[in-house]
Formats: sequence, C-alpha cells, structure tokens
Amino acid sequence: MLYDAPGPRARRRAWIGSGVALLVVAALVTVAVRRLADRGQLDEARWDFVSDPAVLRFLAAGLLNTLKAAAVAGVFAFALGFALAVGRLAPSRLVRAAATVWVQFWRAIPLLLFILFISLGLPVLGVKLPVFWFLVIGLAVYNSAVFAEIIRAGVLALPRGQAEAAASIGLTFWQGMRLVRLPQAVRFMVPSLVSQFVVLLKDSSLGFVLPYSELLHRGRITGSYEHSILQAYAVVAVVYIAVNASLSYLARYLERRTRATATRGRGRRGERPPGDSVTPITADTLGGYIPAGLGDIGSSR
Amino acid sequence: MQVVLDNLDFYVSGMWATLELTALSFLLALGIGVIVASARVSPVAPLRAAGLLYVETVRNTPPLVLLFLFVYGLPKAGVIYSLFVSAVLVLGGYTGAFVAEALRSGIASVPIGQAEAARSLGLGFSQTLRYVILPQAFRTVIPPVGGLLSALVRNTSLAATVGVLELTGQAERLNTDQTDPIPIFLGAAVAYLIITLPLGALIGAAERRLAVTR
Repeated sequence: MLYDAPGPRARRRAWIGSGVALLVVAALVTVAVRRLADRGQLDEARWDFVSDPAVLRFLAAGLLNTLKAAAVAGVFAFALGFALAVGRLAPSRLVRAAATVWVQFWRAIPLLLFILFISLGLPVLGVKLPVFWFLVIGLAVYNSAVFAEIIRAGVLALPRGQAEAAASIGLTFWQGMRLVRLPQAVRFMVPSLVSQFVVLLKDSSLGFVLPYSELLHRGRITGSYEHSILQAYAVVAVVYIAVNASLSYLARYLERRTRATATRGRGRRGERPPGDSVTPITADTLGGYIPAGLGDIGSSR
Repeated sequence: MQVVLDNLDFYVSGMWATLELTALSFLLALGIGVIVASARVSPVAPLRAAGLLYVETVRNTPPLVLLFLFVYGLPKAGVIYSLFVSAVLVLGGYTGAFVAEALRSGIASVPIGQAEAARSLGLGFSQTLRYVILPQAFRTVIPPVGGLLSALVRNTSLAATVGVLELTGQAERLNTDQTDPIPIFLGAAVAYLIITLPLGALIGAAERRLAVTR
C-alpha cells in the first residue's frame, strides 16, 4: 500500500475522487454511445447477426480453427523449446552457442514477416502444404525461442544444490537433467507456459494474412457480409478476451498454487536457509522476455 | 540477391517508417503505462477498476484485432485517422498495457519503507508516487520495458496488414511486384536485424548503467 489507512478527511477525498472518476467514465461512455447511435451503429439491424444461428456456427468454427492451430503449434513449440532449453544449458559450448543464436534470432524478426516468408517462399522451393501448417510452423518455430527461455529459467530457478547433488551421486549432466532437475523445474514453469500460450493464441490471428480460416478472418467475412464491420470486430474481440482472460486466470491460479507449495515446510516464508532460495521467473531471469501476465510473477505485494 | 540490391531504397524507407512507428508508439506507451500504473495503485477504487479493465481488455486481445477495429470499425462511428496515426495509437495503446503491468510490478518491488518514509515526511499519495516511488520503480523495470521495446519493433510489422509501408509492408509490396519471395523477405529479415541488434545492445547498456536489481 502506498497510502495510509484513510482517516475521515482522506475517506471524504477518496469518495469525491471516486465520484469524479465515475462521472468522467460515465460522460465518456455517454459520448461514445451517442456517437454510435447517431451513426446508426447501434441499430438492431446491425446487431441481429449476433442471434443468427448460422452466423454463430460460422464464427464458432473459426474459433475452433484458431484453437486447433494454437494447440498444435503449442505442442510443437514446447517440444522444440524443451530441446533448445537443454541445449542452452548443455556443457558443450558449441551446442550452447547454436541454441543461443537460434533463440536470439527469433527475438529480432517479426512473426508476420516469417509467416509471409514461409507461406510465399516454401511453395517456390516446391513445398506445398495446407495453410494450416504454414501457420503452425510459423507459430511453433517463433514461440520455441520463448518457451526455451521459460524452461531454462525454470531450471535455473532451482537451488544449485540439486545439480550438485545429482553430480555428486555420479549422475551425468543428462541424467541429472532428466531425473533430478527437469521434473522439479516443470512446476515453476507451468504458469509462465500458460501465459505464453495466451501470446501464441493471440499470434494465431496472423493466420488472417494466409488466409487461414480462423476467428479474425471469419469475423471479417461476417462483417462485410452483414454490413456490420464495427460490430463483427467487436464480437471477435470479446470472444478473444473471454478465451484469453480465462487462460490468464488459470495461469494466475497455477502460480498462486505453485508459490504456496514451493514455500511449504521450509519454515516461515522468506526465512529459507541461505543458498536454498527459489528465484522467481521474472523478466530478468528471462533475459527481458515478458510473456503476458508475467509482470505479476515475483511480486507479492 | 540482386533484387534486394536493386531496391535498397525501398528497404531504407521501410526501415525509417519502422523506426518512426516504434519511436512514436513507444513514447505513447510510456505515457499510457505511467498513467494506468498510477491508477492501478491509487486510493480511488474506480480508478483502480478502470486501470484493471484497460489492462485486462487490451492484453487479452490480439493486436491485429485492435488494429482492424480501429482502422475498419471506428470510421463507421465517425472516428478516422490516417493509417500511420492509427497504427501508432493502436501499437502505443497495446504496448502501454504491458508497460503499465511492468511498472506496477516495479512499484511493488520498491521497499515499503520508502513509501512509509515519504508519508512520514508528509507527502501525499501523488507526491509519494512522483518523487519517491516512480523514480526508483523506473530503474527496476528497465529490463522488462526494454524487452517490450524490442517486442514493439516486431509488432510494428502488423501495420503492414492495413497498408502502412513499413519494412514488412515494403517487402510485401516488392514481392507483389517481382515475385521473388526468398531473397526479398530474407533482405527484410536482415534489415530488422540491423534495427534490433543495436537496439538490444543499447538496452543492455542502459540496463548495466541504470538498473538496480532487488
């Protein structure tokens, strides 16, 4: 809290502030609604596509296509990211450098450019694929770099003693990774992985340019067909928000649970023995990456 | 390869447009970020709610949807800006929500004693925020905000979908003209690297000079 428990005067001021804020918001909403109404954008005729079952089926199929592409790309991105993360932590300098270059490269190139490149360039090379796979390849390769950073941060978040203990009982690097470090690290990663999946799902709207028949593309078709462009995009936005907000909520819930179990049985919170600290996955440990929702991680106030 | 060299001026003008888009929308994002983050920690409940609503709405919508809503939807309600300005507003508004969240966690990382000390000196909420908390918060959020800046450079490519001729848009147009996608898009990738690599080095330098880790 950046302010004292309010006394009578501060409470009065907060009330006044609240009143003013509410009035300003109400005024803005009124202006917006009036403006929309004046131009006939709130007419029933412009909105009745929302209750047309055929249109709803059309949009629902678009959402399904979005989810399908995101899910398949998510699985590939995780697998690829897993390999890259292990590569980034590998003892061999060559492997480490190769994985680092890969991760850094995808932080520098826009996904849209890459999707255009594969969808227009691969056919030139004689690779003919359905647009679904162009989108999935683009999303998977691009996000593999971020997933790799999350997984790496999760492994590095473990107390060092774990790797040392694994080595001291004679496990090799790979055995220690597989049997000791990764299984523990997974639980630190899960919230960030879910957050990054939200980013991936948002990115899947780029399938629009292929065009892959996902939610945004179908929203656009609906808008022009029904002469309700503003309304159709608004509906599409609401659907995206509903899906992504639920996923973000899931990520936060998982994060709370992770934090609760990670501190259980280690004495009072914040009083862990030195060297046994768990570094939270933050933008710092991710080298500047901020998957959506990650701003919350590591702050407890 | 020849096609890239023959059309270098397209790439250069695309890079300028990308840099302009990035710079303007980043400034806007910083402004929005400070305002929304302040609202989210303020003692006035409706302001907190409005800040939360903004962040949750914007962060959960694909930027492309926001851009289309702005460029194709809002003109129906009489709100029309040029394509470039629309792209700046959308990119700035989108990135601003993330900046706000980064700043909020930066504010949370300033030790509570700082706010208590400020209050015991008699500073009010906005004075506490302005003179004591935010200057310290800014320094802790340099790494995440730097990450947002490099993400913003990549996101400016979305403007190409509504016809702004920044780097990706120029490459796309060149390809429509010459149909030689592999060298043309590789050329654009190199141009992005020319922008992002020095930018990354710059962010790293700012981090080392200014950042405090807690």
